[in-house]
Amino acid sequence: MAKPARVKRPQLSLVAFAAPAIAVYGAFFVFPTLRTLWYGFMNWQGPSTQPAWVGLENYKSLIDDSVFRNSVSVSLKFMTVVVLAQVAISLFYSVKLVKNTKTTVFLRALYFFPTILASTSVAFIWAFVYDPASGLVRSVLDLIGLKSYSPSMLGSTHTALYFLVIVQIWFHIGQMILVFVAGLQQIPGELLEAASIDGATRLQVFWKITWPLLAPATAIVVAYTTFQTFRSFELVYNLTEGGPADATRVLSFHIYRQAFEAGEYGLAASQSVVFMVIVLAVTFLQRRALRLVRSDARVFAP
Amino acid sequence: MSLDRYESRGFRYRRNSSLAVYALIITVPILVVVFGALKTQSEIFRNPLGPPVPPRTQNFSDVWRANLPRAFRNSAIVTGCSVFVTIALASLTGFAVARLRGWRSNVLLGFFTLGLAVPAQVSIVQQYALFKDLHLTDSLVGLILVETAVTLPVAVFILAGFMRTLPGELFEAAIVDGATSWRLYRSIVMPLSLPSVAAVTTFLFVIHWNDLQYPLLFLPTRDDLWTLPRQLVGLRGEYLTNYPVLFAGVLLASTPVVVAYVLLQRWFVAGMTSGAIKG
Repeated sequence: MAKPARVKRPQLSLVAFAAPAIAVYGAFFVFPTLRTLWYGFMNWQGPSTQPAWVGLENYKSLIDDSVFRNSVSVSLKFMTVVVLAQVAISLFYSVKLVKNTKTTVFLRALYFFPTILASTSVAFIWAFVYDPASGLVRSVLDLIGLKSYSPSMLGSTHTALYFLVIVQIWFHIGQMILVFVAGLQQIPGELLEAASIDGATRLQVFWKITWPLLAPATAIVVAYTTFQTFRSFELVYNLTEGGPADATRVLSFHIYRQAFEAGEYGLAASQSVVFMVIVLAVTFLQRRALRLVRSDARVFAP
Repeated sequence: MSLDRYESRGFRYRRNSSLAVYALIITVPILVVVFGALKTQSEIFRNPLGPPVPPRTQNFSDVWRANLPRAFRNSAIVTGCSVFVTIALASLTGFAVARLRGWRSNVLLGFFTLGLAVPAQVSIVQQYALFKDLHLTDSLVGLILVETAVTLPVAVFILAGFMRTLPGELFEAAIVDGATSWRLYRSIVMPLSLPSVAAVTTFLFVIHWNDLQYPLLFLPTRDDLWTLPRQLVGLRGEYLTNYPVLFAGVLLASTPVVVAYVLLQRWFVAGMTSGAIKG
C-alpha cells in the first residue's frame, strides 16, 4: 500500500471539528457514566443531599436483596426468550421474503411498520389487546365460541413476562427481518443450487450452507435484540409497571424506581454498575458463541 | 421472470399463508386503533373489530383540547433541535475521524463507540442529578442536550463509518487547490455523505419524536413543556381505560412519523437498520 507523498494535514484543527461533539457527549454522557461508578460507593439520597462514602456496602447489600436478584433474573429471562424467539421467527419470515417482488417489498414494509411507532403508543395498543374485561383477545375468544376460557395474560405472575415478550417482538421484528433478508441476499444462489444438484435436502442446505453464511446477520440480530430488551423500560413502565408481584420488573425499571421513587441514588448507582457489567458480559458471551459459527461477524455498513 | 411468477402463484395459498397470518397480526391491532378512535367507549368494548357506526370525531376534539397542540409544539422543538444538533456535531466529528491519520482517528472514533456499549439507563440517574445541579431540568434546552448526548455515539459511528470510505484522492486534489478543512467539509464531504446523513436523520427523527424516558424524568414539574409521548402518558392518567380517546391521541401523535415513513421509506429502512444498535 505505497501511497503518494501526502499533503500535510492540519491535525490539530481537525480535533477542533470534533470538539463540540466531544464536549456535549463528554459532559452529558461520559461524565455521568463515570460518576455512576463513583457513586456506587456512596450512600446518597439524591441532588441537594450530602453523599457519604460507604465503600462496598451497596454492593454487599445487593447480594441479599431479593427484589434486585429477581430483577436480574427477569431481565435475563426476558432477553433470552426474546432473542431466541425473535431470531427464529424473523429467520422464518426472511426466508419467505428474500426475493424482491412487489408482494415481498410490501410485506417487509408492513412488518416493519410498528418499529416507527412510539413505545408509548405500542403500549396503549397492547393494553387494549390484553384488556381482560373486554379487550381484543377477549372479543376474539368470544367470537370463536371460547366464552368460558379467560387467559390471564398480563395478570398472572406466570404468564405476564411472556405476554410482554409478544409485544416486544411485534414491535421490533420487522427490523430483524430486514437484516436477515439483507444477509440472505448476499449468499450466492449458485452455492445453494450446486448443493441441491449434489442431492442435499433442503434442511441440509439450510444447516450446512445458509446458516453458517448467515452468521454475520445473526450476530447483528442477536446484538440488536439483546440491547433492545435490556432497554425495554418504556413498555414495562406503560404496560405492567413491573407487576404483577415484580414478575416483569426488569432491571432498567427497578433502577428507575430505586432512584426516583425510593430516593436511593447511591444504591441505584451500584445497581447500574451491575447492570452494565451484565450487559457487557452477555454481549461478550454472545460474541464468543457466534464466533464459533464463523469468525467474521461484523456490523453492516449503512 | 414470467416463470418465477408462475411458480409463486401455485405456492401462494399454502406456503404463504403464514405470511398472511403475520400481516393480520400487524394490521388487526392497527385497524382496531383507527376504528377505535372513532367509537364511543361502550362501542369499542362491545365491538372492537368492526368499523365505527356512526364514526364520531368527538374523541379527537377531546384529546385536542387536552393540551395536544402544546405537546405538538414541544415535540417539534425538541425533535427538530435534537436532530439538527446531533447531525451537525456528529458529521463534524465524522469528518475529523475520516481526515485524521492513524491512531488519532481510531482513538476519536473509539471514544464515541464506547458509548454504544452502555445502555442509556446505566447513566440516566446520574444524568438527572447532574442536570438538576446545573438547573437544566424542567427546561427544553436541557432535554435537547441530553437527547443529543445519548444519540451522538450512534450518529458518529454511522457517519464516520461512511465518511471513511470516501476516496482520499478527492481531498488531496481539493487541498492542492487551496481548500481549507471547513471548505472540504461543507463543499465536498457533506454533499457526498447526503445518503448517509438522510438515513441518520430519519432514524434520529423517530428516536427523538418517540422518546418517553427523558421527558418523563427531565421535566418533573413543568407539564407545559411535555412532549407528545409524555402528554399521552398524562392523558392515560386522566382517561384510564377510555381507549377511544387514548387511540385518538396515539393517531395524532403518530401522524408525522407515519407520513414521513410513507414518503421516505427507503431512508427509514436504511437508517433504522443501521442505527438499530442503539434503538
